[in-house]
Amino acid sequence: MTDATQGAPFPASRPTRSILSEDARTRKRNAAERRFKMYGMAALGVGIVFLVLLLTTIVRNGIPAFTQTFIVLEVPLPEATLDPNGERLEADLKKVSTFGYNPLIEQALIEATADIPTEIEDGDLDKILSASAGAILRNTVIADPSVIGTLQEFELLASSRVDGYLKGRVERADLARDNNLDAAHLDLIDVMVERGDVERRFNWQFVLGSDASESRPEQAGIGVSMIGSFFMMLVVLGLSLPIGVAASIYLEEFAPQNRLTDIIEVNISNLAAVPSIVFGILGLAAFIQFAHLPQSAPLVGGLTLTLMTLPTIVISTRAALKSVPPSIRDAALGVGASKMQSVFHHVLPLAMPGILTGTIIGLAQALGETAPLLLIGMVGFIASNYPDGVAEGFLSPNSAMPAQIYEWAKRADPAYYERAWGGIIVLLLFLLTMNLIAVLLRRRFERRW
Amino acid sequence: MTTTTLLALILILAAAGWILGRRRALAMVEGDQRQLHSLPNYYGWQVAIFVMVPAFALLALWLAIQPFAVNMGISDMIPEERVAQAGSRALVMADVRRLAGGLDTAQAAGVLTAEEARGLSVEANDIRDRLAQAGVALGSAVDAVTLRAAQRYRQLAGWGDLARNIAVIVVAVAGFALAFRAIAPAFRARNTVERAVRYLLIFAAFIAVLTTVGIFLSLIFNTVKFLGLYPAEDFFLGLNWNPSFSGRGGGSELGILPLLWGTLYISFVALVVAVPIGLMAAIYLAEYASKKVRTYAKPALEILAGIPTIVYGLFALVTVGPLLVDVFGRGGLLGVNWMQGGTAVMTAGLVMGIMLIPFVSSLSDDIINSVPQSMRDGSLGIGATHSETVRQVVMPAALPGIVGAVLLAASRAIGETMIVVLGAGAAARLSLNPFDAMTTVTAKIVSQLTGDSDFSSPEALVAFALGITLFVITLGLNVFALYIVRRYREQYE
Repeated sequence: MTDATQGAPFPASRPTRSILSEDARTRKRNAAERRFKMYGMAALGVGIVFLVLLLTTIVRNGIPAFTQTFIVLEVPLPEATLDPNGERLEADLKKVSTFGYNPLIEQALIEATADIPTEIEDGDLDKILSASAGAILRNTVIADPSVIGTLQEFELLASSRVDGYLKGRVERADLARDNNLDAAHLDLIDVMVERGDVERRFNWQFVLGSDASESRPEQAGIGVSMIGSFFMMLVVLGLSLPIGVAASIYLEEFAPQNRLTDIIEVNISNLAAVPSIVFGILGLAAFIQFAHLPQSAPLVGGLTLTLMTLPTIVISTRAALKSVPPSIRDAALGVGASKMQSVFHHVLPLAMPGILTGTIIGLAQALGETAPLLLIGMVGFIASNYPDGVAEGFLSPNSAMPAQIYEWAKRADPAYYERAWGGIIVLLLFLLTMNLIAVLLRRRFERRW
Repeated sequence: MTTTTLLALILILAAAGWILGRRRALAMVEGDQRQLHSLPNYYGWQVAIFVMVPAFALLALWLAIQPFAVNMGISDMIPEERVAQAGSRALVMADVRRLAGGLDTAQAAGVLTAEEARGLSVEANDIRDRLAQAGVALGSAVDAVTLRAAQRYRQLAGWGDLARNIAVIVVAVAGFALAFRAIAPAFRARNTVERAVRYLLIFAAFIAVLTTVGIFLSLIFNTVKFLGLYPAEDFFLGLNWNPSFSGRGGGSELGILPLLWGTLYISFVALVVAVPIGLMAAIYLAEYASKKVRTYAKPALEILAGIPTIVYGLFALVTVGPLLVDVFGRGGLLGVNWMQGGTAVMTAGLVMGIMLIPFVSSLSDDIINSVPQSMRDGSLGIGATHSETVRQVVMPAALPGIVGAVLLAASRAIGETMIVVLGAGAAARLSLNPFDAMTTVTAKIVSQLTGDSDFSSPEALVAFALGITLFVITLGLNVFALYIVRRYREQYE
C-alpha cells in the first residue's frame, strides 16, 4: 500500500450504488453504442433501398417494352395497282414501292372508321399506324402473290404515340405540342379499343427484331445486337480462357521468383484496375488504326474485351490453382509424372470448376461493358440486318446489347427510353443466368481439402 | 493460295506429322512401348510442333512486313504534285490500295479476266463502272497515276504472296523432315515437347505485359502527334474547352482543366455518398450483423456491383436527374432555382456513389475482418463497449487498408464513363455549383472519338492526350492504394 491510499480508502466522490443500475455516463455510452449500431443498420438499409429502387425502376419502365399495340385492319389488295400486268412476276411485284401501298392502307383505315364520327382529315388518319405498315403489306404480297385481289386482314403496328397512350406514357396534354398525333386520334383509338380492333400483346419483334430508324421506335428490337454480343462473347471466350489459363499456370506453377515474374504480376493487377475506356482507346489504336481490322466489327469488340477480361480470369484461375493441395502434385511427381504432366493431368482438372466460375463471371462483366465499344464504333448506326453467316457475324458491322441500349438512351423520342429499359431487362436476364450458372457450378463442384 | 488455305495446309501437315511420328516411334521398337524414352504421343507432338511453330512464325512475320515492303515499292511511283493535290501521301496510298483490292474482287467475281485486269487503261475503260458491276464502289474516278500504281501494287503483292507460300511450305516440310529423322527410342521427346509448352505458357503470361505496352504506345504516339499540332501549355493549363466542330478548321480551345475539375468534382460527390454508407455498412456486417443478415445482405449489396454501368447511366438520365430537378430546380420542392436541367454533377455523382457502395463495403469488410480478434477481445475485456472498440481499436488498426480502399474507389470513379456520359452533361465548365452540368475527361474522350476514323485533326487526337492523363492518374492511384493495402496486410500476417 502506498501513502496516497492511506488517507482516504475510498474517494469521497465515488457514488455508493449498485453496479447493476446505470449511471449517467454509462447511459451515455450505451446510447452511443445503440446510435452507432443504428448508423450501421441505416447505411446497410440505404444500400438495400437503392438496390430495390434501381430494380423497381428497371422493371416498371422496362416491362411495357415487351408488349406492343397492334391495329387489326382489313386491307384490300387490288390487282390494278399491285400487279398491272397480271403475271405475278416477282420483278413486277417489286416495282411497287412501299409508298405504293400507303394509299391502300389509308383507304382501308377510312373505311374501317367510317362509322366513327371524328374531325380528323382523311389524309391524317394513318398517323395512328407505324410507318412500317406499307413495308409489311409489301413483304406479304411479295412472299405470297396469291393474296392479290383479295381482302386480307393485317395486324399492323400502331404508331409509338398510340402505343404510349395505351400504356399510359403519353398523356393528352402532351399532344398539344406534338404534330405527330392529335387528341382526336386518341378519341378514335378509344372507340377502336372498345370495338376490339386494337390489341396489345407480347412483342416478339422487340426481343428478336432489329433496330429501327429514329422515327419508328415501335419497330425497334434488340435481336440483332444480341447476335453481335453473342459473337463478341465467342471471341472473348475463345481467347481469354486459353490465354488466361495458360498465363495462370505459368505464374502459379512454373514461374521462378525473379524480376520478370514480378513485372508480370504487377502488370496484371494494374491492368485489372485500368478504366475500361482506356481499353477502348487501345482497341481503336491497335486493332483499327494499326491492324486495319474493320470498324464496328464484333471481332474487334471481342478482342478489346478479351484484353479487358484477361486480368479477371487470371486472378480467379490462380486462386483456383492455389486451392489444389500440394499433395496432389507430390503424388503425381512421386509416380513418375513430369511437372508438366502433374499440372495438366491432375491439378488443372481439379481446378476446372473454379476456373470456369471465374470465366463466367469475367464474361458477364464483358457482356455488360459499354465504354470501349463506343470508341471502336459499335454505336451510331442502325443495326438492321442479321449477319448472313458466321464469318459475317464476326466481321460485318454490328452493335452489342449495351451499345444498343446506349444508342436508344441518346435518341430524342421518349418512346426509346422504354426500349432502353426493356433492353436492360434482357441484358440483366442474361447476366443473371450467367451468374446463376457460376454459383451453381461453385456449389456443385466446390471441394474442400 | 490464300492465307486461310495456307493455314489449313500447315495444320494438315502437322496432323500427318503427329500420326506418322507416333507410328515411326512405335515401329522402331516393334510396338514395345517400354523401350521408348517417352510415351508415343510425345513423338507425334514433337513432329507436329516442328511443323507448326517455324511455319507460323514465318507466316506472321511475313504478313507483318509485306505491306510495308509493297508500300515502299510503289511509294516513289507517285509524283509529288499528286500528293500535294490529295493532301497527304497516305490518302493517295489508300486510294491505290482500294483500287487494287477492287480489281482483285472484280477478278474473283468474274467481271474481269486476269488479262483484262492487267491491261486496263484509264482512257479505254470506265474502270469505276466495271468495278461497280462487281459490287465495288470507288469514291472518285480513277486517274492514270493511281491505276499504274495499283497495277504495280497488285504485281508486287502477287509476287510477295507466291514467295510467302513457297517459303512457308518449305519451312514446314523442313521442320517435318528434321523432327521425323530425329525420332529414336532414346530420343527425349517429352522434354522437347514440354519445353515448347512452357514457352507457350510464358508467352501467354506475357500478353498482359504486351497489353500494357500496347496501351502505352497507342497513347504516347498519338499524344506526341497531338502535342505537335497543339501547344502543350495550352492543353495542360488552358481554362477553356471549346473544340470547333468543323474538324480541321483550327480555332479550337482544348484546355484540360475544366474537364479535370468536372471529373474530380463528380468523383468527390460520389465518394461523399459511397464512403460513409459503404464503410458503415461494412462495419455493421463485420461487427454486428447476425449470420443470417450477413448471408442475405452481403450478396444483395454485391448485386449493385454486378449491374452494368450503362444501367446506372440510364438511371441517372431518366430517373435521378428529373427527380433532383423536382427538388432543386425552378418551382421545385425547396423553392430554389439551383438546377437548370437533369444532367448535373449531383446527378452523376449520386448515381456513381450508389455504384461504388458495394465496392467500398466489400473491400472494407475484408479489411475489418482481417484485424485480429485478440485486439477486439483486449478492448472489450477492459470494459469498452462494442462501438468504442470499433471506433478506437478496430478502425485505427484498419485505417491504412480503408484509405487504400477509398483510393481504389476514387480511381474507379475517375475512370467511370457511362454514368457521366449520360448523367453529367456535355458542357465543360469551371463552376462550384454542384447542380450545374459539367463534363469529364472520360465523357470527352467518348465524344471526341465516337464515329470518327480520321485521326489527323487535333480535335480527334486530343482524346489520346486525355486518355494518357486519365491512365496516369488512375494508375498512380492504384499503385499507391495497392502499396498501402499490401503493407497493411503484411502488418497482421
